[in-house]
Amino acid sequence: MSEVVNVLIVGVGGQGVVLASNILCEVAVRAGLDVKKSEIHGMSQRGGVVTSHVRFGERVLSPLIMHGRADVVLGFEAAEALRFAHEVRDGGLLLSSTQKIPPPTGPVKKKQKRPRYPQTPLSDAKQVCRGRVVPVEADRIAAELGNPRLTNTILLGALSTGLAIDDALWTDTIRQMVPSKTVELNLAAFARGKEVALSERQPA
Amino acid sequence: MDQTRRYGDGAKSNKLLQFGNEAIAHGAREAGCYFAAAYPGTPSTEILEIFRTFPGIFAKWSPNEKVAVEVGIGSSLTGTRTMVTMKHVGVNVAMDPLMTFTYTGVVGGFVLVAADDPAMHSSQNEQDSRVLAKFMKAPVFDPATSQQAHDFTKLAFDVSERFNTPVMVRETTRIAHAKGLVELGEWAEPVRGERMKRDIERFVMMPNFARPRHPFVEERSLKLLDFSNEWEGNRLELNDRRIGFITAGVATNYIEELMPDASYLRVGLAWPFPVEKARALVEHCDRVLVVEELEPFMEEEAKIAGLPVEGKAYFPRVGEFDLDAVAAGLKKAGLLDETFAMPEPAEVVARPPVLCAGCPHRGIYMALRKINADVYGDIGCYTLAALPPLETMHTCFCMGASIGNAIGAKLTETKPRHPTVAVIGDSTFYHGGITGLLDVVTSRANITVVIVDNSITAMTGGQHHPGTDRDLMGNEAKHVPIEQVVKGLGVEKLIVLDTYDYQNAVDQLRSAVRFEGPAVVIARRPCALFPTKIKPEPYAVIEHACTGCGNCFRIGCPAIFDSGKKTERGLAIATIDADACTGCTLCEQVCKDDAIFPLAELNKKREQEVQV
Ligand SMILES: Cc1ncc(C[n+]2csc(CCOP(=O)(O)OP(=O)(O)O)c2C)c(N)n1
Repeated sequence: MSEVVNVLIVGVGGQGVVLASNILCEVAVRAGLDVKKSEIHGMSQRGGVVTSHVRFGERVLSPLIMHGRADVVLGFEAAEALRFAHEVRDGGLLLSSTQKIPPPTGPVKKKQKRPRYPQTPLSDAKQVCRGRVVPVEADRIAAELGNPRLTNTILLGALSTGLAIDDALWTDTIRQMVPSKTVELNLAAFARGKEVALSERQPA
Repeated sequence: MDQTRRYGDGAKSNKLLQFGNEAIAHGAREAGCYFAAAYPGTPSTEILEIFRTFPGIFAKWSPNEKVAVEVGIGSSLTGTRTMVTMKHVGVNVAMDPLMTFTYTGVVGGFVLVAADDPAMHSSQNEQDSRVLAKFMKAPVFDPATSQQAHDFTKLAFDVSERFNTPVMVRETTRIAHAKGLVELGEWAEPVRGERMKRDIERFVMMPNFARPRHPFVEERSLKLLDFSNEWEGNRLELNDRRIGFITAGVATNYIEELMPDASYLRVGLAWPFPVEKARALVEHCDRVLVVEELEPFMEEEAKIAGLPVEGKAYFPRVGEFDLDAVAAGLKKAGLLDETFAMPEPAEVVARPPVLCAGCPHRGIYMALRKINADVYGDIGCYTLAALPPLETMHTCFCMGASIGNAIGAKLTETKPRHPTVAVIGDSTFYHGGITGLLDVVTSRANITVVIVDNSITAMTGGQHHPGTDRDLMGNEAKHVPIEQVVKGLGVEKLIVLDTYDYQNAVDQLRSAVRFEGPAVVIARRPCALFPTKIKPEPYAVIEHACTGCGNCFRIGCPAIFDSGKKTERGLAIATIDADACTGCTLCEQVCKDDAIFPLAELNKKREQEVQV
């Protein structure tokens, strides 16, 4: 059976995980591939975890990625990247925004048994992840570019470096799928995301 | 992936990437379905939201699934092609008309889409609708992909008319909310009938007319069985003689990915089960396993026919399948020896769903907690109040159950400690609460019914209901205010309050529970998200004024965080996320220390201080 590429996108409700996964799917479709994606709607709107499984290749059957077999986990939020770090396959890639969104505190109890929000989620992720961990300061870059919404495309830019899909397909698709006023900004964001991921790849 | 090969030169696909729900809507439209009715419910809701956008059709929400089916039956009787959609538990609500509709049969093709939710991503149980299809004696399609969801829905209209029966298309969450490539077809002219043609013997199901319909149903089932055995959508593929699989629905994808060379019976029509094809598979193979989510439906059908198959001995009956679950079953059955080492996940802080910042439900639950009521609950966003820190809902069964539960408890408990309150959402009240409230009045039950009215069906994404002024087609609708219903049912004590006013809510609730006899409280405020997201008007905490009393933490607002800073006594100082805060002021109302103010006001003050 031909190889299928597995990308697991994770984040928190409202971060734009679904749009990113739609763009990725569209790029894969335009590349002439079979594509499936599966995500859970519903509670996500209420600040819950959002995951989107994207799979593409010559022929894709399961809409879900096998546990521990994701080629790339794309994290929109650092603690979520940690939560799903074990899903990265041997030699795969965990690419994550460094952005932290702690869940609401609730009543503060002195002796809390449940885990607290991690201090250093992405370094913790290195302990769990069997592939490389690449942090992307997506919210800082987005702020530099002047629009926090751009984290989405920055992360896709970073992701694109790990997938063998022509750049032209990415840029064409983004052009058509983002609001027309923001096309140039989004393309700049995509390029910045690529840059960051590529520079991380150079062995120090 | 082969990293040397770059994708990008691929032929442009003429297929579209669609969710199962999109594909179903398109399949129905291509079949010439004119009329669709539904009550929303995850994962079925989008079918009608998409179908309504097509030209030349009519779609509507009904107050509940039983009404939707009854409306659909009426439409079919005129000769109109009709679709009714719902989540799995909706089929329970609609069972009564359905059980008899299979006796009369259809005039215009009638397709019922039932969306099951294995793993209960957003449901209260994980029942298997195929069982209900068999019980009502309606054929049931069980698609494995978006393409099949499209194709089977389209075909279902023909099958419905050809065999004179309502037909069920059963999907699951991983079909409804998974995207796959779909090749669409042409749209047929929507089929709309001229009028209902009277046929008393066929459509008046009183005993003497119903009796002859039962043999008709049994004969039809035999004809459908022949169809199932012949139809190429039940695909028999005889390969490897050692092992064969019978599979249907999304499970097909998992087993086929893991065992590409085995023999298969891929079932598209689960009932009547294509037993002759299963027999052929059993004759070809040394061993046959049935791989299906939830109930051993096909396994039992095969076993009833005397076929030696196995299934649930290896594969779970609980939850949804994925590659790992199916691989584990194969290993248990001795068919895979590879071990799939699943790495240990890190332990990470939970992110339970919470009532939104500015959610109108929050205030009324704070008040219910204050008066320490026994809260018989219901289904909607407001069910989240059962979780910490509010923990002010104590039961939840099905839509509308709160009121009946409260009556029964009140009429029987001998040592009540707390006031008896039923809490029900507005959409849920119209769905299944009205008859319950009638029972409150006629039995003079001394309970309080709180209708939490956010003026929308929020849980499922903001659908209109009988209390709102729009319909599904986007037209202005005649709406029926809850007050009017409540008064019409004979309730004498009615209070309407604003849930953003905490102290008033407490006082009013107290007066309602003290009232001897049935009382209704309508707790009203529009939803923070639907139909329009409310604009933020952030508040902020003055750090040095905060004494760490923790009251604001206890309202469970996702905009309130521990700042990490401590008071002198070592208590956590709160902070408010200005991007998330909507300015509902509930935290300010419970703040002991006057430490919470509108951010704009604080900024102004700070500016003035600087100037001085
Ligand atoms: C029989 C049935 N149909 C549909 C659903 C799905 N469902 C759960 S809650 C809900 C709507 C709740 O709306 P409302 O009562 O207005 O409360 P809100 O979510 O707006 O707070 C729906 C449609 C269900 N659980 N059971």
